[in-house]
Amino acid sequence: MGVTLTATVDAAVRAHGREAFPHECCGAMLGKDGVVEEAFRLPNTTEEGPRRRFLVRPDDYRTTEQRAREAGLDLLGFYHSHPDHPARPSQYDLDHAWPSLSYVIVSVMAGEDTLLTSWRLKADRSAFDEEDVHVTRSPDHEITK
Amino acid sequence: MTRILIPTPLRPFTDKLDAVEMDGANIGELLANLTTKYAGLKQHLYAADGRLRSFVNIYVNDDDIRYLQKEQTPLKAGDTVSIIPSVAGGAPAQAEVLPELSGDEIKRYSRHLIMPEVGVEGQRRLKAAKVLCIGAGGLGSPAAMYLAAAGVGTIGIVDFDVVDFSNLQRQIIHGTPDVGRAKLASAKDRLGALNPNVHIETYEEALSSENALRLFAPYDVILDGTDNFPTRYLVNDACVLTGKPNAYGSIFRFEGQASLFATKEGPCYRCLYPEPPPPGLVPSCAEGGVFGVLPGIIGVIQATETIKLVLGAGEPLIGRFLIYDALRMRFRELKLRKDADCPVCGTHPTVTTLIDYEQFCGVAPHQIAAAAPPVTTADALTSRELKAELDRGEPVVIVDVREPQEYQINRLPGSMLIPLGDLPTRYVELDPNANLVMQCKSGMRSAKAQDFLRSKGFTRVRNLTGGVLGWIDQVDPTQPKY
Repeated sequence: MGVTLTATVDAAVRAHGREAFPHECCGAMLGKDGVVEEAFRLPNTTEEGPRRRFLVRPDDYRTTEQRAREAGLDLLGFYHSHPDHPARPSQYDLDHAWPSLSYVIVSVMAGEDTLLTSWRLKADRSAFDEEDVHVTRSPDHEITK
Repeated sequence: MTRILIPTPLRPFTDKLDAVEMDGANIGELLANLTTKYAGLKQHLYAADGRLRSFVNIYVNDDDIRYLQKEQTPLKAGDTVSIIPSVAGGAPAQAEVLPELSGDEIKRYSRHLIMPEVGVEGQRRLKAAKVLCIGAGGLGSPAAMYLAAAGVGTIGIVDFDVVDFSNLQRQIIHGTPDVGRAKLASAKDRLGALNPNVHIETYEEALSSENALRLFAPYDVILDGTDNFPTRYLVNDACVLTGKPNAYGSIFRFEGQASLFATKEGPCYRCLYPEPPPPGLVPSCAEGGVFGVLPGIIGVIQATETIKLVLGAGEPLIGRFLIYDALRMRFRELKLRKDADCPVCGTHPTVTTLIDYEQFCGVAPHQIAAAAPPVTTADALTSRELKAELDRGEPVVIVDVREPQEYQINRLPGSMLIPLGDLPTRYVELDPNANLVMQCKSGMRSAKAQDFLRSKGFTRVRNLTGGVLGWIDQVDPTQPKY
């Protein structure tokens, strides 16, 4: 099990994390057959303080699904950044996770992106399993599985 | 049968279907049938206590059931139900650790703790919460007292006023022995006595464009208890700019208003009133009066909404404008929408920093000076001068332009009462050649009356500076003041 990001998507997620620092960024990952082809930025609407939280509102979720449909892609998961924290899911991430999606976390330390990891919720919701992240070399279309 | 749209992450549990048809008279029944047929859905939709998870949103057509009748929301033919995820997460942080409750606090808050809508977690949220009250007056008094009693951990108060006898009819945080003390000192004592677990921060300064962002920064919710338009716009704009919800209330005579402004998705005060009314059009409570129990109702509504916001409980007063009429004992509710063209919270805001709100509301000091008629010695006289003229037996006609109920409290001997509002129809009762002295409470309304009579050709009209209050100070201290 694993998720594949194109080099463009990997760069886009990391750039979003750097731009949002010290706040958290978030976005959706759209693609096909486990390969993320598009990182779709979403507004972080949390009221608990964007430094340590992100929230994608129902309306933005609807927009995301619509965007995927129009592009002929599937919603494969969501990414978010952990400013000045390791790229490991928090209890809060676990409590709010949805099944069958990849959760990519990029750690942004002092404004620089570092480790990028991906996680999937266990079937019994008890924890996350870390999954492998593959990044394809550019150009994007030469995907090696 | 009702069509249910299934979001991507849940489709593995519905045989990959993106929509399924189910029976159910209401949402609760429909979801029960759904999770019976597709048992794998249940743990993702419902928490262990049997309630829908907070990040699961159920929509009937385009409406969130939280704003309908929740799980009791009835369904009719043709409705489409959507299950829509909120996606949330975040880095672990020290700040998310809520403070523990002491044994004393558990006793104190026991009536909260036994209700699931509050519970131990909610009470700990209240303890962690920080609320800033703008003003310790009519609205701030009951609001701060209930916030303290409810266990809001940190309450800040901004005020620079001193307790006056005329405050006590409604500002119940202050007592008779507090008259003459700073309102902040009096409020701090009262709140400390009510709940010593609460931390009180006081700011003895006037809220201004210079200090508002700094004062708001450490707080979660701002409770607006102000009594004037410049500060009201300032509070609203600073709330939008700092992303803090504004628990709004205002009162006048027998009518009060309340709403929750400047939340992420909701409208702000400027969506409702982009511009202030012309200065002088809406009288202040000092001029128009206020029913003493009125701020009790409105301030407690503000406190209620603040506490609900901290708890995340119930239906917030967002996008709804509540109007309360104490005389008729009626509540009305207006629907408000977030205005995309709002100058401060719209999609292309033109107000991006705090501005000069005195000027914005047309009450800048230089403008007041320019608007007021120039007063020369021939136009005005003091109470001492008036007393001397009366003692000499000069034929002076004193016209009191206050309201009848004010006239009942105190008055100048021999004065005739023509309220300012009646003057345009009753000025004909006055002799154009008489030696007239116009008088009110402090000299403002009588200056307007003087202007009016001059415009009607009266030549011998003077204004009593300082009004009846000046008369009491300089001539007759036996009469009561208000």
